[in-house]
Amino acid sequence: MLLGAAIAATVSAASPAGAESFDLARHRGHVVIVDFWASWCKPCRQSIPWLNSMRERYGASGLTIIGVNVDAERADADRFLRDVPIEFEIVFDPKGDLAKEFKVQGMPSSYVFDRTGKMVDTHLGFRDAKKNEHEVALRNLLNQPAP
Amino acid sequence: MRKLMLLAVLCTSLEGCASLGVAPWEREVLAREDMQLDTNALDTAFDDHIYFSKEGTSGGRGFGGGGCGCN
Repeated sequence: MLLGAAIAATVSAASPAGAESFDLARHRGHVVIVDFWASWCKPCRQSIPWLNSMRERYGASGLTIIGVNVDAERADADRFLRDVPIEFEIVFDPKGDLAKEFKVQGMPSSYVFDRTGKMVDTHLGFRDAKKNEHEVALRNLLNQPAP
Repeated sequence: MRKLMLLAVLCTSLEGCASLGVAPWEREVLAREDMQLDTNALDTAFDDHIYFSKEGTSGGRGFGGGGCGCN
């Protein structure tokens, strides 16, 4: 489950086609959430507004969120974005290179990295009831000093 | 020669399994409304509930669905 920093580093080094802009190393020192989403993913309509609010609340304290879109057609993603605006960085991964790299098991999937760049948590799906739990975990990670 | 051919067939059949199914991030087409096997998801859920209660089985109608793949 935990791929660790080593994999994270290779992900950024490999820079797969269509996802060149994905670079975790750029965010070292931040708590990073990598969230995989798609226009056809119903729970994403709930998870993304929540992630927006997390960014708003904790962005200044060092939380970075990267949304990886896996739609094959960019137009589908754009249509979704009109309904559900995303207020954080989006990486488009139409061929699923990053999804493959992260071994995504379902949508939405998110991967949480601490300030040292180590993967510390993964979430599959989105449950409204777990929001507070996730927020507490994020706050704990943000309270850890940057390396 | 025959052994070699058998090996070749075995190898290709193994390879065939490597890309079996649809990856969770590739369910776009399956998630489309016109790809659903049922017209009303709620109806199906009720039917399925009765079905598995009576038959003691679950997922007999096919569990994959076309949704997020997270169930």
